Amino acid sequence: MLYAILCYNSEEAVGAWSKDHHDQTMQRLYAVNDKLARQGRLGPVARLLPTTAATTLRKGREEMVIDGPFAETKEQLLGFYVIDCASLEEAIHTAKELAKANPGTGSYEIRPVAEFHPSQLPDERGHAKKPAA
Amino acid sequence: MNDLGWIDPVLGAARPQVMGALLRYFRNLDTAEEAFQEACLRALKNWPQNGPPRDPAAWLILVGRNAAMDQVRRQSRMTELPDETVLSNLDDAEASLADRLDGEHYKDDILRLLFVCCHPDLPATQQIALALRIVCGLSVKRIAQAFLVGEAAMEQRITRAKARIGAAGVPFETPGAPERAERLAAVAAMIYLLFNEGYSSSSSREAEARTPLAEEAIWLARLLLRLFPAEPEIMGLTALMLLQRSRAEARFDRDGNLVLLEDQDRSLWSQPRIAEGLALIDKAMRHRRPGPYQIQAAIAALHARARHAEDTDWAQIDLLYANLERLQPSPVVTLNRAVAVSKVKGPQAALDMIEPLGERLRGYFYFHGVKGALLEQLERPDEARKAFGQAIALANTPAEAAHIRQHLDRLSAN
Repeated sequence: MLYAILCYNSEEAVGAWSKDHHDQTMQRLYAVNDKLARQGRLGPVARLLPTTAATTLRKGREEMVIDGPFAETKEQLLGFYVIDCASLEEAIHTAKELAKANPGTGSYEIRPVAEFHPSQLPDERGHAKKPAA
Repeated sequence: MNDLGWIDPVLGAARPQVMGALLRYFRNLDTAEEAFQEACLRALKNWPQNGPPRDPAAWLILVGRNAAMDQVRRQSRMTELPDETVLSNLDDAEASLADRLDGEHYKDDILRLLFVCCHPDLPATQQIALALRIVCGLSVKRIAQAFLVGEAAMEQRITRAKARIGAAGVPFETPGAPERAERLAAVAAMIYLLFNEGYSSSSSREAEARTPLAEEAIWLARLLLRLFPAEPEIMGLTALMLLQRSRAEARFDRDGNLVLLEDQDRSLWSQPRIAEGLALIDKAMRHRRPGPYQIQAAIAALHARARHAEDTDWAQIDLLYANLERLQPSPVVTLNRAVAVSKVKGPQAALDMIEPLGERLRGYFYFHGVKGALLEQLERPDEARKAFGQAIALANTPAEAAHIRQHLDRLSAN
């Protein structure tokens, strides 16, 4: 079974970490990453840019592009994509394609990725079976 | 949790919101600051044992307000203080307070806090010193170091600024849309001033001392952007500062001398900052409401996107400067545009452009430097030498003078 672990914290507080605190914390995290990678259990890892860099595509009869992160409390995080885009326009275009494929309610928050480590999972795990539709 | 490194950032992050609320309650900067200090002291005692409360800002506001009111009520006698252990578990009280903090209310609290620091009666240096003390919570000592002045002088500067604000009165009414836009513009200008104060250093040693100023400016801009996420000029301002700051590591050589943009080692540019800056300028452009910060950020973005100096899209930069000239006419903008024009249309076109500025920019180091470089390219060495001579006489720093001297040496060598 693959699990996603989603990281939440106050970005203001994390942004205000001293360099030492930041470096030490990252070192401890990388140590965990390395262990998981050695065990062949580490999938892709990403660190996102601050929510100030986020844009949200709100689905609905008419799609709306909103500045800022996803802010509804009545909807839940159900999944995520990592896509390579030349610009924000292209990312919004892609999100609209997804919205067309899956119309109705909901949103796509579009957030640039600051740091990305590709999957360390062995192929048969990395290409896990297609989710049952 | 033995490592207490997490507490200070949480206190710092909560500071603008907590100070903003306490200022609304007490309508006095000193009282608000004392209340905040008291709340922080109690947090340092309480949080390591009980863990952080779910909403640190709400906790600090409650504790700070109660402490200050006790102080006021009982004046000199030591008083029974509310038990924070109970407080942090008072989920209902916390939740309702957090609810009230949501929405426009707390945005205006923070904007007011920033705005009082930009009072037009205050000279620019006092505005930014006050913002660093009140909003960012930097110690007077650190502010003094960043401004390269003594601690006592800085203390006096801040005290004087506070007294002036006290005398002028703090605007407590909730602002309407036009006032809010005005406040935002004033605060944005103050933040950019703060950034430039931290960025205009001419030696690596000075730059190091002033780094906190640039960092705090970016922190404040992000804060503003979280409060007003749909303001393209705030996106532009944040992007502009991030993109300029991305070059920090490349701006000085090993001897501590300034390195010009086109000579910088671009592998030293900070990619995360560039990525964030580009993402923000992309967002801003979608609004199709250009403004000076956005245009300057777009120019910085073109530099950031160029792998090598010779890949720079000077034609596009020329166009952007033309837009900036229209929005914010100034001889300095025209001078900057001339540099782009020299790359696109050659030195003569650029020289024609800046000749008419001679009168107004007579005392401006950079004008004579650019003029000398253009004349040098046009192989008019005598006039070039004269322009460089004027530049040296106007140099603000040894680094600037050294740079011009390199030009002069090259002229003599040829």
